[in-house]
Amino acid sequence: MKKRVVSALLIAAMAVTAMAGCGSNSGGSGGGNDGGSASGEEGKVINIYSWNDEFRERVEAVYPEVKETSSDGTVTTLNDGTEIHWIINPNQDGVYQQKLDEALMKQADAAADDKIDIFLSETDYVNKYTDKDADAAMPLKDLGIDPEKDLADQYEFTKVTASDTEGVQRGSTWQCCPGLLVYRRDIAKEVFGTDDPEEIGQKVKDWDAMKGTAEELKAKGYFTFSSYADTFRLYGNSIAESWVSPGETVIKVDQKIMDWVKSSKEWLDAGYLDKNVKGQWNDDWNKAMGSASKVFAFLFPAWGIDFTLKPNWDGGDGVWGVTNPPQEYNWGGSYVHACTGTDNAEHVKDIILAVTVNKDNLLKISKDYSDFTNTVSGMQEAAKDDSFSSEFLGGQNAFTYFAPVAENIQIAPLSAYDQGCVELIQNSFSDYLQGKVDYDKAKTNFETAIKERYPDITEIQWPE
Amino acid sequence: MKQKNKKVDYSKWGYFFILPFFISFFIFSLIPLIDTIRYSFFEYYRSGIKEIGPNFVGMANYASLLGSDMLKYAANTMILWVIGFIPQIVIALVLAEWFVDARLKIRGTQFFKVVIYLPNLIMASAFAMLFFTMFSTNGPVNGILMSIGLTSKPIDFLGSVMGTRSLVGFMNFLMWFGNSTIMLMAAIMGISPDIFEASELDGCNSFQRFFFITLPQIRPILAYTLITAIIGGLQMFDVPQILTNGQGSPDRTSMTLIMFLNSHLKSRNYGMAGALSVYLFIVSGILCFFVYRMTNNDDPDGSKAAAKKAKKLAKKQGRG
Amino acid sequence: MKSKQPNHLRSIVAHVVLIILSFMCLFFFYILIVNATRSHSDLQKGFSALPGAYLLDNLKNVANDGTFPMFRGILNSLIVSGCSAAICTYFSALTAYGLYAYNFKLKKIAFTFIMAILVMPTQVTAMGFLRLITNMGMYDSLLPLIIPSIASPAVFYFMYSYLQSSLPLSLVEAARIDGSGEFMTFNRIVLPIMKPAIAVQAIFSFVGSWNNYFVPALVIQSKEKMTVPILIATLRGADYMNFDMGKIYTMILVAIVPIIIVYLLLSKFIIAGVTLGGVKE
Repeated sequence: MKKRVVSALLIAAMAVTAMAGCGSNSGGSGGGNDGGSASGEEGKVINIYSWNDEFRERVEAVYPEVKETSSDGTVTTLNDGTEIHWIINPNQDGVYQQKLDEALMKQADAAADDKIDIFLSETDYVNKYTDKDADAAMPLKDLGIDPEKDLADQYEFTKVTASDTEGVQRGSTWQCCPGLLVYRRDIAKEVFGTDDPEEIGQKVKDWDAMKGTAEELKAKGYFTFSSYADTFRLYGNSIAESWVSPGETVIKVDQKIMDWVKSSKEWLDAGYLDKNVKGQWNDDWNKAMGSASKVFAFLFPAWGIDFTLKPNWDGGDGVWGVTNPPQEYNWGGSYVHACTGTDNAEHVKDIILAVTVNKDNLLKISKDYSDFTNTVSGMQEAAKDDSFSSEFLGGQNAFTYFAPVAENIQIAPLSAYDQGCVELIQNSFSDYLQGKVDYDKAKTNFETAIKERYPDITEIQWPE
Repeated sequence: MKQKNKKVDYSKWGYFFILPFFISFFIFSLIPLIDTIRYSFFEYYRSGIKEIGPNFVGMANYASLLGSDMLKYAANTMILWVIGFIPQIVIALVLAEWFVDARLKIRGTQFFKVVIYLPNLIMASAFAMLFFTMFSTNGPVNGILMSIGLTSKPIDFLGSVMGTRSLVGFMNFLMWFGNSTIMLMAAIMGISPDIFEASELDGCNSFQRFFFITLPQIRPILAYTLITAIIGGLQMFDVPQILTNGQGSPDRTSMTLIMFLNSHLKSRNYGMAGALSVYLFIVSGILCFFVYRMTNNDDPDGSKAAAKKAKKLAKKQGRG
Repeated sequence: MKSKQPNHLRSIVAHVVLIILSFMCLFFFYILIVNATRSHSDLQKGFSALPGAYLLDNLKNVANDGTFPMFRGILNSLIVSGCSAAICTYFSALTAYGLYAYNFKLKKIAFTFIMAILVMPTQVTAMGFLRLITNMGMYDSLLPLIIPSIASPAVFYFMYSYLQSSLPLSLVEAARIDGSGEFMTFNRIVLPIMKPAIAVQAIFSFVGSWNNYFVPALVIQSKEKMTVPILIATLRGADYMNFDMGKIYTMILVAIVPIIIVYLLLSKFIIAGVTLGGVKE
């Protein structure tokens, strides 16, 4: 009898502990911070959502209020005792956006110190967050930053990108991503007899010249680019109309995109591209940047040279050079947004101004991190300043080439659907380019995939 | 009096024993499941960061799924599963039998057992990543094939339907055959040695012993292996997802049902994802019902009966 | 006489097959290890069958990277997987015993019910699960990764099958006559009998939990609570900023080493358990 009681108690105890597990925990996270500080007063915690450490490094480098960052990189303490909490989630598989969205939905009910204060977005999906109705990113004006005056030295297209459909700017960036053509000097010398950036620049100045150059390279057994995906940004960023017009649910595939498909097919069949490299960010693509590769050139912005090409290159310095691309383009860029509902408006304003506006800070970032930064006058100075030249590029000052490209970039009209459209159109037509499916099937596959990604899309219109 | 009470009391103890399981299940599975089923009747998704719905739409999600390529993905899933599962179960059975067969005198059993289970330890996603690298057109496998002269041009494994499907099947096989072997081996070792001894005396050869004693005896575990494999197959995701970068390329021929579901989850389409999972639920229920019926007749002592049958058979043959 | 010859032949076949299979299994590990010993630029040059000398540097890179607290992650993974494996096997055995040894009114319904939920695809309930644990205040905590494993229908079914084949009810009766309480019978007599089954399932659930990415990725938010798979995904997701394949391979290697150690330890226990398991009678 006694034993039975004991065992009954035991199971009850187990059940209780199981439940208590939940109970105590909810108490822990819910009860710890007791509620909102009065509005107008600055909170003690600044929560910043991002997908990597890049922004933290920039803040640490140029924001004067930074005192120290914990060794694990999750908390940065400012001089006045305020803590920046870094909430980093990987971009991969949309995890970052998922977490951010989840937090944004709870923003209104969150305790003051749990509210998001700053979040970052990429060009591919910046529009989702700057949307006026979504009201996730605060207009800069509401922070006390006047885009007309304070951001006058920024590149115009970055301001357009970070604005909603009514032209209200809701974000700012320190980074500007004009792209160049990066080529192998040794191959250039062998095929064209020169590696001079000016002369190579002439050979690649537009698509027609490019084609003749490609034929010359082919004759010597070289590929012009590694994959059809390399040229996509040049076409994809020059579309005339956005993928989806504001307020509509129809995808309009731009003629430029079909031009990309057509010329990619042509180039691939002509043998100007390496058939074995299927798309970017894979092993074959990485290897195409190695010394054993037969690929002549890549199309990269500043970050691409530093973070992708350089680590993948296994030879010495000075083999690569840069010159103008066949067409001005922009690739990438991280935007900083103040989150609606922030309880740290003053700090947020300071951080945005320090990291994305202050010219000295931006030049420092350019010098220390080889980033092309968002200051027109600063970049013009850098273009003339030899201290900005790069060892990796054989002493060439890449800014000389970046600056004019940046000034000529016409940013394609954006929509909230861009990320999916850009990704899925490349995937669907990749099968076609490799000869796995016919043209019409590729179209159907795109339609299926895009409707899966965006359930509200009702129709897809193709040009012609 | 005490004695009488005991009987009644004991049966009630069963409730206590199963209580934690059911509490945990109701909280962590049933409530989310009901949520899922409920939303399958709604139009409910995210557009950007705006939530659309939930608006009640009845069976619309179910109907539109039937109109999609869902059945094609179901077929893909089955093909991929079969390619991996058949070698997996055959090899696992053979290996398990070998390992417990003392007459084969297999050296280093411990070593082999440890080794064949190893692939199951590595994360499916990491494993797929490794395969992706190795079988890429410039990868080491092509390098080896070319250097020993088996092929002059690199084979585009991941570019062909057969290549991709075989790779997925091969990976599933490699990851799971060790697991099945260990499980079946445990089952075979659980069979009383008396039965084997008896069969030996009766002159059973190893094939007879395998088909008439081992197989019927390990039926419950075999059923378990089959059921878990079917569930696993139905839920196949990581490997084809990583290997084809979520596209099920080429031309969506290696797109599985869960990858399809994942693309709906990714777009936060709760309604459609809910309907799809209800379909999945029904299909897996039917499949398992059949397997369960097939491998488990109502006679709880079935294994013993089968053993007797085997003995008889063996005796007959021994006499003949 | 007749049976000796084929056995000899079969033995050779068996060895050859085993060696081929082992080679296939080990080959990929070998590649992983080789790749983990090479730097990113070495890897760029192509495949090599011989290891490089870069392992220490790669390890240093992994260990010193504050943004990817690998060792903290391993600790978290150990906690989660260890607890999951323990409570999953214990409660599954408990449930299986409850349904096997007792004849109560709802027994059949309960059993059918568990069999029905056995087939439930986990991915689907994940969304509802996330909302639930958020409401319960268990978001960003290790608990929701552990507690739900109390209800593991598949493990339950394995235990149940095992009990069917290995536990004669007469043993339980005998224990009762000896005056053993019901829980004591379970813990002292039934559990030891189930050792082999528990060991097998403990490994499986430990591995399953160790490699689980889907649920932790939904639930875990903060760095110090991340488990190994999330960290690896984070590293890979950190795209161009951290492009170092050598480091990624090393990380995968580091991630599977603990599990291999645990496996090697437990596998001995399994074999011992199985061979001693003459439970019949």
